[in-house]
Amino acid sequence: MIYFDKVSKWYNDKESVALENVTFQVAPHEFVSIVGHSGAGKSTLLKMLIAEDRPSEGSVFYESLDIHRIPRGKLPKFRRKIGTVFQDFKLLSNKTAFENIAFAMEANGRDDSEIAENVPQALALVDLEDKAWNFPHELSGGEKQRVAIARAIVNQPDIIIADEPTGNLDPIATYEVVQILRKINDLGTTVIMTTHNKGVIDELGRRVITMDSGRVIRDDATGKYVL
Amino acid sequence: MWVAFKRVVRAGLVGFWRSTFVSFASVFVMTIALFVIGAIMVIDQLLGASLQQIESKVDINVYFNINASEADMQALQTRLESLPEVSEVTFTSREEALTAFRERHRGDELTIQALDELGENPLGASLSVSAGDTTQYEAIARFLDEQRAGESPQAPIIDRVNFVKNKEVIEKLTAIIGVVERASITTMLILVAAAVLITFNTIRLAIYTSREEITVMRLVGASNTFIRGPFMLQGVLYGVVSGVVALIIMYPVLYWLGPGTTTFFNFNIFHYFLSEFVYFSSVIVGSGIALGLVSSALAVSRYLRA
Repeated sequence: MIYFDKVSKWYNDKESVALENVTFQVAPHEFVSIVGHSGAGKSTLLKMLIAEDRPSEGSVFYESLDIHRIPRGKLPKFRRKIGTVFQDFKLLSNKTAFENIAFAMEANGRDDSEIAENVPQALALVDLEDKAWNFPHELSGGEKQRVAIARAIVNQPDIIIADEPTGNLDPIATYEVVQILRKINDLGTTVIMTTHNKGVIDELGRRVITMDSGRVIRDDATGKYVL
Repeated sequence: MWVAFKRVVRAGLVGFWRSTFVSFASVFVMTIALFVIGAIMVIDQLLGASLQQIESKVDINVYFNINASEADMQALQTRLESLPEVSEVTFTSREEALTAFRERHRGDELTIQALDELGENPLGASLSVSAGDTTQYEAIARFLDEQRAGESPQAPIIDRVNFVKNKEVIEKLTAIIGVVERASITTMLILVAAAVLITFNTIRLAIYTSREEITVMRLVGASNTFIRGPFMLQGVLYGVVSGVVALIIMYPVLYWLGPGTTTFFNFNIFHYFLSEFVYFSSVIVGSGIALGLVSSALAVSRYLRA
């Protein structure tokens, strides 16, 4: 489904290398965790997937599509296939939880009846029906991240990309967020997550890609956190 | 398509109302910019009026001999009128000149007595020639010189032409008018450029506060048109509101200035503003809309680059 083909990324004439000859595949319905120290290239990898950053060498494929050859005008349509979740949530502070999720649907041109139907479903999936009309500043970190996940899945994307989704959360909220991501994966969506959290990886028992200094150094089918 | 349009319009209106302070700041700055544009239009008109005023006071006078015949004078007037440089020729007959002279010296017993003593009218008829443009007097003067050279020396019809006396004044005025025109064009360009840049910067700041929103919109796969739309609509709203406010401010200011301009320039700027209101409002509101639209589009495009 996703294929990284000898991808390298460097800045300032190879002075700083972010990725070096990275090759791996992700199959549909997989739950892949990418681990590594800060600066190992995890986030760069994810940015390549949503075409926020382009490789200096090599290509990234989504099915048979070379992501970095998509014309700029068609990028928004491509990005709708991918839901994104970030460490800092990136919720709009002047919109309620419901409006934040509905906003993603509006941007996709869904009509109002669909929005009225799907947003509550997404909120139910992340167990936040009772906080639908709260603004982000009235929610805890874990709740904010669950709203962000609901926003990511509401358009039924093929893939969820989560960049350090538990980075700002306490252990209980971390557990909840990981359970939700696992549930989403069980429902058939591919999940790619980066994390530092050893407990999360060991608890999941899914595929783990370990990165160091821009290179893939391990790729285990049912990995443990080894660094 | 219709749903998207509706959402863009709603988002634009909501953005305008919700970000009260930012909207207020943008409208405030833009109002000043548009007021400057309006003031420039007014100053341009006043300058034009004063130049016309000065130019209309400049003329060449041709004084005829007392015994010049009516037909000769008429012929010269017709020839002058047919010159492309000449805009107007006014004929003053001997009798009119005498009446004007008596009028001017009313109360001056001595002069009137001297005039009465003479018994006959000592004044000649005259032509007052105005040119379309002050630079053209030279050509008219040359034409008159040629006329005089062609006259028979025994009975010349032209007594004298006062151009030489006026020449220095005319040249000075022409030079001053040229400098004033150039200076005012330069000042206007600088002021308009400053107004445009300040507005552009303010709107850029206004959109800078929304950069997070733009990032999120991109991440959820909103198309560039969908992202840009509300901001451009906000820019248009800033333009319309600022334009109307600028016009509302101009009204009392010009009302107050009106009588002053009448005495000074013989041109009531307030009446001009009222009679050309459609012109004023379309230029000011139109510039506001264009300014808001272009500023917003440019500012948002910074955040849309992939």
